Formats: sequence, structure tokens, C-alpha cells
Amino acid sequence: MIVIFLRYGFLFVVTVFVLILLSFIIAHVFPGELLTNLSGIIPTSMVDNTRLETEWSINSSTIEQFFNYCKLLIQGDWGVSLVSGNALLDEMKRTIPATVELSFYAAFIALSLGIPLGCIAGVKAYTKVDFSINGLSIIQNSLPVFWLGLAFILIFCFSLNIFPLSGRLSVLFNVPQVTGFIFVDILLTDGINKAAAFQNAFVHLVLPSIAVGLISAANITRLIRRSVIDVLNQPYIRAAKSRGLAFNTIFFNHVLRNALLPILPLAGIQITTLITNAMIIESLFSWPGIGSFLLDAIYQQDYSAIRVGMLVVSVVVISLTIFVDLINRIIDPRKSSLPDVSI
Amino acid sequence: MKRTMGVFGCLIASLALMACTQPSLELISSDSLVYCSESPPDGFNPQLNTDSTTADVSSHQIYSRLIDFESKSGKVIPALASSWSVSDDGLTYTFQLRKDIEFHNTAYFTPTRTFNADDVLFSFNRWRLENHPFHYVSGGRYPYFQSLQLADYIRAINKINKYRIEIILKQRDSSFLANLASDFSVILSAEYAQQLLQNESLENIDHLPVGTGPFMYQNYKKGDVIYLKKHDKYWQNTAQVSHLIYDITPQSALRLAKLATGECDVMSLPSQSELDVVREKPNLILEQSSALNVGYWAFNVTKPPFDNPKVRKALSLAIDKNALLDTVYLGNATRAKTLVPPASWAFDVDADDIKFNPVLARKMLDDEGIKPGFSMTIWAHPLVRDYNPNAYKMAELIKQYLAAVDVSAKIVSTEWNTFRSQLSEGLHDSVLIGWSADNGDPDNFFRPLLTCDAIPSGTNRAKWCYPEYDELVYKALQTDDMAQRKLIYQQINALLHDQLPLVPIAHSLTYQAYRDDIQGLTVNPFGAIRFGGVSKTR
Repeated sequence: MIVIFLRYGFLFVVTVFVLILLSFIIAHVFPGELLTNLSGIIPTSMVDNTRLETEWSINSSTIEQFFNYCKLLIQGDWGVSLVSGNALLDEMKRTIPATVELSFYAAFIALSLGIPLGCIAGVKAYTKVDFSINGLSIIQNSLPVFWLGLAFILIFCFSLNIFPLSGRLSVLFNVPQVTGFIFVDILLTDGINKAAAFQNAFVHLVLPSIAVGLISAANITRLIRRSVIDVLNQPYIRAAKSRGLAFNTIFFNHVLRNALLPILPLAGIQITTLITNAMIIESLFSWPGIGSFLLDAIYQQDYSAIRVGMLVVSVVVISLTIFVDLINRIIDPRKSSLPDVSI
Repeated sequence: MKRTMGVFGCLIASLALMACTQPSLELISSDSLVYCSESPPDGFNPQLNTDSTTADVSSHQIYSRLIDFESKSGKVIPALASSWSVSDDGLTYTFQLRKDIEFHNTAYFTPTRTFNADDVLFSFNRWRLENHPFHYVSGGRYPYFQSLQLADYIRAINKINKYRIEIILKQRDSSFLANLASDFSVILSAEYAQQLLQNESLENIDHLPVGTGPFMYQNYKKGDVIYLKKHDKYWQNTAQVSHLIYDITPQSALRLAKLATGECDVMSLPSQSELDVVREKPNLILEQSSALNVGYWAFNVTKPPFDNPKVRKALSLAIDKNALLDTVYLGNATRAKTLVPPASWAFDVDADDIKFNPVLARKMLDDEGIKPGFSMTIWAHPLVRDYNPNAYKMAELIKQYLAAVDVSAKIVSTEWNTFRSQLSEGLHDSVLIGWSADNGDPDNFFRPLLTCDAIPSGTNRAKWCYPEYDELVYKALQTDDMAQRKLIYQQINALLHDQLPLVPIAHSLTYQAYRDDIQGLTVNPFGAIRFGGVSKTR
């Protein structure tokens, strides 16, 4: 077990190191001054210039520069945004929780829709129920997420006017940012109508998380359906049936557990899709997460923000993937004997 | 299966119900006004900035002035000064100040006294005197006053008694009262400044503002939302909402969407292509007024070959202004011949205009030794502005026109704050930008835009300094006789037509869109938006 942890830990460190190296190379490749790309500051005076050059070791060799860059990253000095002048570490603290929140609720919707529907379709394989569920999931899977988001906005925001269009909370509620997680921040704020604020934050969350969740739900439904059908054809299920066990017992004790196990690594891959979709949906719903942040940065050619944003997103995705893989390793006894590590 | 469907049905129904019935939210929103503004302000002091975003949030909300413009007629009316008089020689202005005017009582400042002459002296001396302790705070640049050289015009500002001051000018300036009524001549609190001096946190005066306006500063989530709340002891007793919220939304389509769904009550700067959408919605109101503005194409005359008037003339002949008007303003503008729009009394009907003539343009360029293939940059400001709703599109059109005369153009457009600072450094060859007047006086076009003194303050984007022009502009200020001033402005127009440091393109109409439950909002043609006295029907 310890060996597994060490291995995954090592894998994580190496991957993050490579990502940092890539982000460092990006700063060199972007147009403009290297110093400005790294620090996000256009020096206005010689004093400024010298101070920044020392801080970022611009005049040393590239290797030293890189190690200094790593040191600054660890110290939390990630430079500032070229456009707004805000510290990028703070920007990340603001945007990452928003994205995590959206992804979390979307994942919840995806799982709570995908697993039951997949099971129903699998159990009733090749019947009308199965065909309709499978058909719907294929249709859903072929809809691009931005189209779905726009359709939601058009129907629910403009025509029916029952859900809000943008943001995480109505601006009427003056909630200062503390943790970045909106429900926690509401709890921590005094002097507002908390019940109303909670309700408002909730209705803001509905459309974006459903839009992201549905896409992943469609994928999960099809994965589970396939897996359930496979398991149902196994000899041990036939054996259980012939012993006269009730269907519920067979399903929950034998089918479900065995069907879920092989799709867990595939669900890990879904996390990447989910976060990517969340980032797209963010810019449609003006959700103040990392997706809209990166998109704005790209529009405004804010190189320092693009560099840090990409680094953080890729580190988050990589950590989640490795984490899911590790969990998978731990709960699936068959895999622990395999010698090599894979993502 | 049926049961599952039933559960889903219930879930969706309850979600919809939750969204629909938010009685507490309605209660909160009936007492708040949300304004979707277009970009974050630089700070909360319009003295430091001529950018309309800063003025919109602070000038008429947080602060008051000695005198104001009446928004319909443009007449100067009393504000913090209840009356004033001008001496016969036109040099001494005496202001009688109102009594019992309360400053904002905020989390960071508790006033112990009401407004008096010291506050006026403090506010004016800050931009006027270089040895003032607050002069160099927040950069020490006062673009509006510096571009007009107002500090040099004023000989002295004296406190006669607690509620009476006099301002003595060195020479007559017929636009002086108009300048005091502009968005930028706001009155700060001297007592607050004293407190900041003691705490050694001088910069706070521009970031944590204290004024006498209808709303006071509450907090600002940088680049996101600004919260202002009602000043209960505002000196003008007007009905108004308790909370004023600026929801900063840079994309104009999103501002319109928020207005349509009711997330905003008022939106800034609807883009020309969206006006019909606003007109079609029954619960939205679109107000239009002929604004005092001009959109123009300025050449950086410090860079050769743009220092040559003939080159500038040739380039201006190469573009078809009517096509720009149709495509960029979609017809919601009038063609500009001079700097001054038709709404101003100084408008010159007979002024000469530039006629589109690419053949002549190429010939003139050849004569001046500009070879085919000459390359230049066109800077296009990135925001939607009244005077130019889409500078980038205009730049693309101009690029095509220039290509027809064998001049290749490169378009530069960066984020607004970067754009402005690089523009001030003079990195541009030419720039598409414009000017919205801050007061009703025509001098407010001629002086800030093209005089020598306006170069360091950054409003003279052409960086054009021409003594003859300056002489005429200042001569016009020596008299109160409108007919005589108009004659001088005609001479100036002729001179500008000859020299062409900039090509006037259009005077656009100003629009404002808001929801129909908003009462008391008027278009202010003389500057920033005013929310004092605006209320919501419940």
C-alpha cells in the first residue's frame, strides 16, 4: 500500500514539474518582454525594472531563472495580471472555488441521473425503455455544451423568466468573498437575509450545473448500461438466478457492485470532460470561475494570467485524475498486483 | 418507472416554484437600483480622471459641486453654492455657500461638522496648488483642469467668511462657471483629509470617498460590483432608492440581456445595433438625446510624416465618412465637419467639410514623397463609447480605404487602461477616439482637445501644438459676447480645416435604456449619469 502511495506521489510530483516547466516555456514563447510575461508588470522606471529583474532573475542563465521561477511559485508570488494588476494568486483563490463548486454540483447531477438511468437501461436491455433511454443519452451526448447552455438561457431566462441569467448570486446581496464558496460565504456574512440569499444562490446554480451535468450524465448512462449488460451475462448471475434469489438481491448484491468497478477509471476521465464543459458554461452564464477568467485573459492578451491560469487548471485536472486512479487502485483488488502505474 | 418519472416531475416543479416565488428578493430589489456599467472605474475621484466611467460612479452620486447644469436647458443652477455674483470686470466670482449640508457618515469617517468654505478651498487647492499636501497623491495629474490650465487662470481663492468665498481670475474666462459646474469640479471633505493626514493614509481620499452627494460609498469588489447606499441627510430632499449597485458588465450584449431579464434596472451605453431590441421590448424604455460629443481620427503629429499637414489632408481625403457613419453608427449620428456638434450654439453651418477623393489623396501622397506601401498604425479604443460605438470596426473600414491608396494600416486595440497609458506615451501613429463634452460651453471642445497645454494632460491625442490656434482659443474666452465668440470659432474651424491634426467623423446621439418601473431618470447631456432622485415604483 505504501509503495502505491509513493508511486502515485512521485508521478504527481513529476507531472507537476513538467507542467511548471511548460508554463515557464510559455512565458518565453509569448510575444513581448519576458519580464512582463512573467511578472505581469510593465516597468515604468529604471528602479522598478531593476527590482523586478532581480526578483525574477532575468539576467541569470535560463536554468537559474527556472529554479527561481519554481521558488517564487512555491512562495506564492505568482505575478500579477497584466490587465487588472491584481495578484494572480488571489485571482486563483477567487476563481477556482467557483469552478470547483459548479463542477461538484454538476458531477452530483451527472451521477444521480446517470447511474439509475444506466442501470434501468441495462436491466431492461433491448426493450423500449432501454431504447428510449439510450436514444436520449445519445442525443444529449451529441449536443455541444455551449448550445445546451444557450438553449437553456433562451428558454428559462428569456421566455419563461424563471431562472437568473448570470453570476452566482444576485448583486443585491452584498456578500464579501472569504472562502470563495458561495454558500459558505453567505453563512459568514452578517446583515443580509440569509434564507433569501441561499435560495437565490441555489437558483443561480440550477441552469449551469444541469447544463454541465446532463452531458456527463449521458456518458455515464451509456457506460453503466454497457457494464450492467456485461455483468448480467456472467455465469455467476445465472447461478444466482437459478438459486432462486429475488431480483433485487441479485441486482444490489451482485450486479451493481461488479458493474460499477470497471467503469470507475472511465469515470475518472469524465472529470476532465466535466471541468472542460464547466469552463465553457462559465463564460455563457458569467460564472466567475477559472473558465471565464481564462477566456477574458485570452481576449485581452493578458499573458501572465494565461500562463498561471493554464498551469493551475492543468494541475487541478492532473491531481483529480491521479486521485481517482489511486482510489480505483485501492478499492479494486485485481489491480494492486499490476506492476506499472498508468494514468 | 412511473414512480421515477413522478419523482422527477415533482423535483422540476418544485425547482420552478422556488425560482418563481422569491418574495424576499422582490422586497430587497424594490428598494435597490442596479446599474449595469461598462467598465471598472479608476477610482472614486473625478478630479483625477476624465474617463466617463469614473465620473458615472462618483460625480453625481458621491459628490456635489458648487453649481450644476440644469439637465434640460443646460443653464447653470445653484448647488452647494446658493447664489453667486460676478464683478463687472469679469474677474472676481463670489459664491455664497449653503449651510447645514452634511457629509457622508461612513464606516471609515464620522464628520463632526457640516460643509463650509474650508472644504471648497481644500477641493480646489488640491488640483490648483503644487505645494498642497494632497496635490501629488494618486499621481498628481488632474487632466480636466490641466488641459484647461485652470490653475494658471486663478489668481487666488479667498475665504471671506465661513460660508462665503471669492475666486479671483487673472484674465476673463467666459467658460469659467461652466467649468465649475462640470463633472470634475467636485467638493471633497477637508475634515476627512485632515484625518487621513493624521493616519498617513492619504491615498484613501480617492479610494474610500467622502462627499455630500445623494449616495455614499459602501464597498467595492474590484472589477465586479460597487455598492453605494443612500445618504439619509442629503441636502436635496428627493425620493430615491436605498441602495445603488453598479454591476460591472463589459459585454454590451450581456448588459442588454440582464436588462431584459430584470437583473439590471438601467444599462449604460446600449450599442447601436441593439437599439431596436430595446425598442421592441414593451417594458424597456429607450431615451435619446442629441449629445455634445465628437468622434474623430487623430494623427500623432510628433511622428513624421504625420507632422506634415498635407499628408494628414491626403489621408483624410482617402476615407469616406458617410460609409463610416452608416456602418459604425448605423445612421444614429450626424456627420461631423468641425469639433462642435449641431446642438451647441457655436455650431458653424457653413464650415468646410472634407470630401472623399482617393485619387487626389494618392496624388497628394506622391507629391509629399509617401511611397506606395507606406505602413502606419491605427489605434482603436476598445470600449463602446457614445462618440464611437465600435472603433475597431471603423478602423477596419479605414484600413480598407487606406489600402485603396496604397497605404497599409495595422490596427492596435488593447485593454482600456493599457490603451490609455500607451496613448499618453505617444506610441500611436493615429487613433480613433472621441470626446464627450463636460459642459455646454464650446470651449470645452477646442481647449481640451487641441491646445498645447492639453498635451501633458493627455486629452490632446494628436499632440498638436500650434500657437496661432491657442491664441484664437484664448481670445474667444476674453469676451462674453456670443456673436463675437462665434466669429472666432469660425476662424478656428477654418484653421483646423487647413491643418487637420484630426479628422472629425461623427456626432452621435446618446442613448440610455432602462426598465419602465424606474422613475425620475433623465439623460444628462452635460456629462455623467445622475441617480439622485431616481426611484422605483413598487
